[in-house]
Amino acid sequence: MSPHAHIAGVFEHPGRTLPDHTVAQIHAEVAAGALADAGLTFADVDGFFCAGDAPGFGGLSMAEYLGLNCRYIDSTETGGSSYLVHVQHAAEAIAAGRCSVALITLAGKPRTGGAGPGASARSDAPESDFENLFGLNIINGYALAAQRHMYEFGTTSAQLAEIKVAASTHAQHNPNAFLPTMVTIDEVLESPVIADPLHRLDACVITDGGGALVVVSPEIAASLDRHTIPVLGTGVGIKHTSGGRIDLTHTGAVISGPAAFAEAGVSPTDIDYVSIYDSFTITVLMTIEDLGFCPKGQGGGFVSDGALQSPNGILPFNTDGGGLCNNHPANRGGMTKVVEAVRQLRGEAHPAVQVPDCKLALAHGTGGSLATRMGSATLILGRDD
Amino acid sequence: MPTESNLPTNAAYPTLDSEPFWDALNDDRLHLPRCTACAYVIWYPRHHCPNCGAGRDQIEWFDASGRGAVYSYTVVRRNRGSWGEILPYIVAYVELDEGPRIMTNIVECDPESVTIGQAVEAVFHSVPEARQREHGATGVLRFRPSA
Ligand SMILES: [Zn+2]
Repeated sequence: MSPHAHIAGVFEHPGRTLPDHTVAQIHAEVAAGALADAGLTFADVDGFFCAGDAPGFGGLSMAEYLGLNCRYIDSTETGGSSYLVHVQHAAEAIAAGRCSVALITLAGKPRTGGAGPGASARSDAPESDFENLFGLNIINGYALAAQRHMYEFGTTSAQLAEIKVAASTHAQHNPNAFLPTMVTIDEVLESPVIADPLHRLDACVITDGGGALVVVSPEIAASLDRHTIPVLGTGVGIKHTSGGRIDLTHTGAVISGPAAFAEAGVSPTDIDYVSIYDSFTITVLMTIEDLGFCPKGQGGGFVSDGALQSPNGILPFNTDGGGLCNNHPANRGGMTKVVEAVRQLRGEAHPAVQVPDCKLALAHGTGGSLATRMGSATLILGRDD
Repeated sequence: MPTESNLPTNAAYPTLDSEPFWDALNDDRLHLPRCTACAYVIWYPRHHCPNCGAGRDQIEWFDASGRGAVYSYTVVRRNRGSWGEILPYIVAYVELDEGPRIMTNIVECDPESVTIGQAVEAVFHSVPEARQREHGATGVLRFRPSA
């Protein structure tokens, strides 16, 4: 048995529009789902992790709602990457003996209930009046990064479209996918330009829903019937505007990726499957470069010709359809990235997109605004058998 | 005197960190903080040097040139709300000659003509009267292509 913490349970809420649920209810349903997947119960949980999507006061309100008796709590907030950071913190807490069954939950209703508090930066952020006066919105910020990447490296819109095409190719096999229809490069390029150079189909879906993870000690993992997944390496990187010397073509993955690979003792060429945060196509392209799957600036060529399509591409990615086509619950895609990586390692992805004998997977989360004020988190996950 | 603009910007709220910047916009000046310990020009305005850690006693303010070049831009073609009524418009980062890259709009030009690297200069706009607020700033810093 490996000394690592293990992911013993995962759950992705099947709902994509949940007008009849409260956000707290969705947290409860995904928690129950992940615990059942692990073969555990709420009474087994002694560590609780949540982020800004959780209603109430830090983790306290949800711990009460769920009826948890915790001796460890963490409400680290780094946007959509929070849940991968939580896996790191859970693994550390487990190694230190602070808890043995860590529950991590995410839920939200941006589709039917508004984004809600905690889903974006507070209005008292000291930077807000220097960014919010100019008609900036989320896609505009990502468009600024994409435009600069195209300028520096010659990346094209058709190359970005390849990423959406790969995600849609996978989504057609996911009965829960919000956009289950395959699209072509031309269809992406013919969709309306929202903000140059990004089209409507360069963007992720907006969905209600959520997900949960259960991270356990090696001893608990050994006691469970479920196929548990060891957390081999983790890395976190924070990137910001650096006093105004903003660099729009790199993400925090340049920090989180090497840290995770080093801890796991593996390199990008060893990875069989990747879950890459995909708020927009450009998010994927820059992240793949920064994680070292290709040289910086060559992501456009790398993703072309079906490279990301499973099972035959050289780097199968987001086999659930990702945030681009399947699900982006609470406008935060980190949780579902871990869930699909675990499915792949267990051999439980859809047979049409299952990577044969998937032994080593990477899950990467991105939070905040690409390249400007962001939290990046990378997990390397494996198999014990 | 700042010129009136039809861009639907709400007034900013100056803070103890940013007040000198906002006040100077009313006199058509781009006033920036600089660290006296390491000479770093700081953006966004604050009384702390993110380059060397110097505190408020080592921050001085000076008038920047207002000149720079487009670092990146996007032509916004769809949006909701009041910004959706003035499409297309440009959101950009301008790299000031003094170093910082700052978010802004590029104005007084055909949106289709903007390019990365294009030379630009500061223009000082006033917040539309309907969007001014009590204790709010009245100026907005934007840029236009320079001759
Ligand atoms: Zn300094």
